[in-house]
Amino acid sequence: MAEEHTIADGEERIFVAGQMQLMWWRFRKHRVAVAATFVVVAFYLVVLGADFLAYTNPNTTEAYRSLMPPQPVRFFDSGRFSPHVYAVAGKRDLKTFKRVYVADPDQKLPVRLFVRGYKYKLLGFIPTDRHLIGVEGATAAESLFLLGTDEKGRDVWSRMMVATRTSLTIGLVAVALSLVLGVLLGGISGFYGGPIDSAIQRLIEILRSIPTIPLWMGMAAAFPREWSVEQIYFAITIVIALRGWTGLAREVRGRFLSLREEDFVTAADLAGCSRKRIIFRHMIPSFQSHIIAAATLSVPAMILAETALSYLGLGLRPPAISWGVMLQQAQNVEAVALSPWLLISAVPVIVVTLAFNFMGDGLRDAADPYGV
Amino acid sequence: MENEQVLLEVKGLRKFFPIRKGFWQRAVGHVRAVDGIDFHVYKGETFGIVGESGCGKTTASRCIVRALQPTAGEIHFRVNDGEMTDVANLSRDELQPLRRHMQMIFQDPFSSLNPRMTLFDIIGEPLLVNGVADRRQRIERVEELLALVGLRPEFLQRFPHAFSGGQRQRIGIARALALNPSLIVADEPVSALDVSVQAQILNLLLELQERLGLTYLFVAHDLSVVKHICDRVAVMYVGRVVETAQTQQLFESPKHPYTEALLSAVPQPDPTLRSQRIILEGEVADPANPPSGCYFHPRCRYAVDLCREQTPELEEVEPGHAVSCHRALELDLAGTLDAPIPQTAHS
Amino acid sequence: MQDDRQPILSVRNLKTSFFTDEGIVRAVDGASFDVHLGQTLGIVGESGCGKSVTALSILGIVPRPGRIVEGEILLRREPEDGQAHEIALTSLGDSSREMRSIRGAEIALVFQEPMTSLSPVHTIGNQIIGAARLHRNLTRREAGELAVELLSLVGIPRAEAAIDAYPFQLSGGLRQRALIALALSCEPRILIADEPTTALDVTTQAQILDLLRSLQEQNGMAIMLITHDMGVIAEMADQVVVMYLGRVVEEGPVETVFGESKHPYTQSLLRSIPSIHSTPKVQLPTITGTIPHPYNRPAGCPFHPRCPDVIPGVCDKHEPELHSVGDEHLVSCFLYHPVPETIS
Repeated sequence: MAEEHTIADGEERIFVAGQMQLMWWRFRKHRVAVAATFVVVAFYLVVLGADFLAYTNPNTTEAYRSLMPPQPVRFFDSGRFSPHVYAVAGKRDLKTFKRVYVADPDQKLPVRLFVRGYKYKLLGFIPTDRHLIGVEGATAAESLFLLGTDEKGRDVWSRMMVATRTSLTIGLVAVALSLVLGVLLGGISGFYGGPIDSAIQRLIEILRSIPTIPLWMGMAAAFPREWSVEQIYFAITIVIALRGWTGLAREVRGRFLSLREEDFVTAADLAGCSRKRIIFRHMIPSFQSHIIAAATLSVPAMILAETALSYLGLGLRPPAISWGVMLQQAQNVEAVALSPWLLISAVPVIVVTLAFNFMGDGLRDAADPYGV
Repeated sequence: MENEQVLLEVKGLRKFFPIRKGFWQRAVGHVRAVDGIDFHVYKGETFGIVGESGCGKTTASRCIVRALQPTAGEIHFRVNDGEMTDVANLSRDELQPLRRHMQMIFQDPFSSLNPRMTLFDIIGEPLLVNGVADRRQRIERVEELLALVGLRPEFLQRFPHAFSGGQRQRIGIARALALNPSLIVADEPVSALDVSVQAQILNLLLELQERLGLTYLFVAHDLSVVKHICDRVAVMYVGRVVETAQTQQLFESPKHPYTEALLSAVPQPDPTLRSQRIILEGEVADPANPPSGCYFHPRCRYAVDLCREQTPELEEVEPGHAVSCHRALELDLAGTLDAPIPQTAHS
Repeated sequence: MQDDRQPILSVRNLKTSFFTDEGIVRAVDGASFDVHLGQTLGIVGESGCGKSVTALSILGIVPRPGRIVEGEILLRREPEDGQAHEIALTSLGDSSREMRSIRGAEIALVFQEPMTSLSPVHTIGNQIIGAARLHRNLTRREAGELAVELLSLVGIPRAEAAIDAYPFQLSGGLRQRALIALALSCEPRILIADEPTTALDVTTQAQILDLLRSLQEQNGMAIMLITHDMGVIAEMADQVVVMYLGRVVEEGPVETVFGESKHPYTQSLLRSIPSIHSTPKVQLPTITGTIPHPYNRPAGCPFHPRCPDVIPGVCDKHEPELHSVGDEHLVSCFLYHPVPETIS
């Protein structure tokens, strides 16, 4: 008898469950998507705390430390847990004229958490100089090179943290922009139909038929040289979003068109609902989850677009730091052969792209919890 | 019967859908979904529109409730026993105060309820947008409506996915009744339901009509259902009314060959009634490109030259019985009720 | 005559279940019936009664996560020497060579929705030719002639032109005819028609039913007609099987099942259907409640919560078996057979 009750209670829970609840139950079943979500969240935590995770000012150049290989962290010192790195001294090889670095095992520099370092503003407004890691008794800039340094002697780890911030926010801002454009134009197209619809559809077709790279090149070439990093950043998002909205607009238009024919929309019309109420109470809630899923799936494309642009030198330019800007240094074979660690910033590009795709897939599957 | 008040009168109703082609979506032709129909519905009766798919019955019903804008014609509707108003050409705003008097019950109990809203929101929405702002008042009314259609009032906070097809149809009926309409347009309200549930919904509709004095415009393809529930019937074929009469009259002595074939085609749940069916030749005419003359002539076994050349008008052949057929008066067609009434095996 | 009338297909205690994440759905739970050559067996029931899954089980095409868990499906073959023998279809693998040759060649299927059962990218003619040549030893020319012959047999006008038509160019009724022609291309001895007329209008339905009947008269095949429409069953069937939630509740000759139905479900179902001959505008007798979801099938007789004649303490505890109540008339209800000796 007691068992019967629990079954009935369980059912009642489903009967009164709203859309978000049902979506969550369904999403939860999709293991890979849940794991991917954790990865994405982790990446955005990096975005929030990029300076905190970095330990060296990413723009500090130092010719004496150029192209230093990644430095191993030693966790144990004579059987005791005491993470440390060896001090590194660099000198020029007189035969090859390359700088070579030698670690000195006698000079152990202990690695510590929450160490003071360069000054920055946490979350953009809390002035602080605490960093997650650092070394004791020396400045991090001179002694800690977890992922090595680049040609100009800038620390790759610290640069990557800051690059993550740039690349991931650029993706989000671009998606947000294309979402606004897409929902607006797609909505108008689908709701009004007729000549307006035809005009918008033709515009989308034209935009989609222009090859991406030349379009970007043309637009990037138009950016004045004297623009600041922020202005370029903004201009890039607009360039990316200008083409990105077309896919979302088509999605929105399709939803509008099919929803217009749904009986429950007709019923709302007959009940005397205003147009505004029909759109915002009935139509948009019916496809917002699909739009969220579609937007999620388009984030990696935006990130890749920025990376590609910057890699080609058409997007962000130093002193801005993004994954693409970092990869630009690994453009020639010599760099890749002699200092392969410069390619490390390709790893987060791949990981985040996959994670967004898996998460988007899960969201898309969960987006319509009423279908069978 | 004579002194009954007309609640709805439809005159020359037309609805054409443009066929669009090409880059600029120009109209290259029209689907004549509803091609000039006339009928009237008395207050308190059930008026049936029957026909096969594509005959325009659903389009006609949607034009009447103004879910679609008719291409031409007049739809006169009597509001609160007052004067008749032509609603065919009213704008959205002008229509708004009249909407509450005409509501609709849909065929598909799944697509007719917004899956993202609770029963309270679904049934209470017509109340909310028509000025019942007080939440408590709405809750009371929704509970009353749920009880009226045979659902438990405590289902208020549940979502439609908790219910079976028949129960969802009850929810749809409750929503239609929320504003105390005088006319309910029911578009195939039972055809998507299981047989054992159909009877429940038909009973509910009959019971509600009696209790609330409702008028039904009942659109259906199932003639047994129409026979059971309707007082008068119009038979449609390719966008036109071919015959209209009292239900009994129509089933007993149809005057249009199409009606005769339609009646004869209905399989009866009684193996002793296996009879020689009239099997129509060919296909239903294309409403985008209908044949000349009488639209039914290519399939009609009584067709003569006149039928190919001239379009018949809907004319009264007996009081209350109108037919659109050149040969209506000379043909002696078979109805279904002159077959021997079988002994009901289970009584 | 009665004695040597052997069934061509016998289904014995068929049980097909679906093993889903939410639980086990016993879609068919102990169905037994016989199909005879030249006769039409009607399987009737409402949604979730297992009538379609029965057909899929016979053809060995039950989709995952479903499978046949118990029972026998015996197909009777009559080889040249006059000695009949039976093959158990359940013992053949679903995709075995033998099963594939039986499917389509000996047992053919006509679905409800012709648009999804015909390939949209091949002409009607090519589909028939392909099917015919797969199962029969025909040249392309012979198969082409056969296709024209079949299409005119099923009443498609101008068959020579129609073989070059794609399915989307035909109306619903013509598509259903084309599908029947396709099913007939291998001269099956059993035609399973799963709701063949549900998507069609009454006048087209009358055409298709008439076609099936005349085809059966011509080639003497057995037809298994699956539908929810009592009218279609009364019109077409010789034998009727009534199913409810996976179980056969009543079976027998059509006149008996309709005229002297014994099971409370059959009785109330027949009563609840409005008929052209019934008194208009009166409340119809109904079956209370709704069909339970297959996940929570009631214990005992699955119909007991809605049954007007329920015997408390019996129907909700024990599952009734099919028992004979007359000539070829079987009912599964405790009103007609003793309650099993209980161990409790």
